[in-house]
Amino acid sequence: MPSLGADMEAGTLCEWLVKPGDKVKRGDIIAVVDTQKGLIDIEVFDEGTISELLIKENEKVPVGTVMAFISSDKERIIEKEEKIPAKSIAEKKEIEKIIVAEIPHGIKASTLAKKMAAEKGIDLTTVKGSGEGGAITKKDVEQAIVEKIASKEEKKITASESIRMAVASAMSKSNREIPHYYLETKVDMSKALAWLSEANKQRSVKKRLLPVVVLLKAVAKALTEEPDLNGYWDNGLQQKKDINIGFVVSLRTGGVMIPAIHNVDKKTIDELMASMNDIIPRARTMKLRSSELSESTITVTNLGEGNVETVYGVIYPPQVAIVGFGSITDQPWAEMGMLDVRPVLTITLSADHRATDGATGSRFLMAVKNYLQKPESL
Amino acid sequence: MTEEEIKKTIFKLLKQIAPDTEPEQLQPDDNIRLKLEIDSFDALRFIVELDEQLGVETPEQDYGKIATLRSLVNYIMEKKK
Repeated sequence: MPSLGADMEAGTLCEWLVKPGDKVKRGDIIAVVDTQKGLIDIEVFDEGTISELLIKENEKVPVGTVMAFISSDKERIIEKEEKIPAKSIAEKKEIEKIIVAEIPHGIKASTLAKKMAAEKGIDLTTVKGSGEGGAITKKDVEQAIVEKIASKEEKKITASESIRMAVASAMSKSNREIPHYYLETKVDMSKALAWLSEANKQRSVKKRLLPVVVLLKAVAKALTEEPDLNGYWDNGLQQKKDINIGFVVSLRTGGVMIPAIHNVDKKTIDELMASMNDIIPRARTMKLRSSELSESTITVTNLGEGNVETVYGVIYPPQVAIVGFGSITDQPWAEMGMLDVRPVLTITLSADHRATDGATGSRFLMAVKNYLQKPESL
Repeated sequence: MTEEEIKKTIFKLLKQIAPDTEPEQLQPDDNIRLKLEIDSFDALRFIVELDEQLGVETPEQDYGKIATLRSLVNYIMEKKK
């Protein structure tokens, strides 16, 4: 069971899409898993033949559990999940509460009723007896058990509540463990917006670009210059080779999803827009693939037009940085001794001080700023 | 296409993009994006749909002309003439 985010502890296997003997290659979808973030397609990251499925459908297992064996063509058996650290399981495994129903003095109950209540964790003080002299009978306890099950079912949480809990858990962990530092700069977006407007005139409605693709591309390019901000913290900084930007998509019903847009530095502006067109609607309807939920190496949050000017993000662990783009607003702008009104964008960086220092962060923001002054270079 | 038909199509498209909202309750002068909390990404999807379903291509400089239900309907009727 792959970890689809720092907040995930377990997942329920809904469906196997392969059977023993099937040949699979990297990227194939082999199963559908139900998580706090909806139904996720699980991709395989090895090549070979499925030799055994170890988990049954509808089974809920902790992150790190081996789901299947895949034998490679060299007859070597590889555990599909071997690359995923299972450390979070032991850490967070909840201990099931065992309620011992003590029978307080003065409560009359039949022996059978007492035994049943103890087994099912029913508190006899809350049960009204219908027997002789108000004594609690077996029937009363059965009724109490039915009510208890019914109330549990009522408490079944909705998708948006479960996303709320997932966000809460990841963000609490972040603020508890990551010493954030914050930097901010303002960029004159005249050139970038003019370039976009020209670019869009030459595109069909369907291919039109949004300002966010230019921003993402500038972030990716700047990360190639400051790779220390692109990676994970796990007892030390681990730089990541691929630049996979986790893009915050807010859900209309509340909460956020952060799908990864892979290899942003290697995509053209149009390819990047196509990726966004594919991924945002799927994020909104919670139909993402496992690699899209687990492989982000940095996060970008973009408030978009009509919102406040500045956003300071909370890092999504184990990543080490989050870039925040506010809304572009007209502001007074001083340049070369002249005052003018320009479309201004505030860019912020929240970064992990264990991994980098302000000097790195500052160089990164200046690089983003420079790329936005030369949109044609993106 | 009558005004009513255009409105019906607009409501259908808005409902696709923002399923949890009630586009029919929009007042003629409500700002559609503000009222239904539609972000720039979904606004672009709406404009793509207008093109595909009604054959109305909206250049970027016209975005300001389609902010309210009344102005959007007028814009489409003008283009369909």
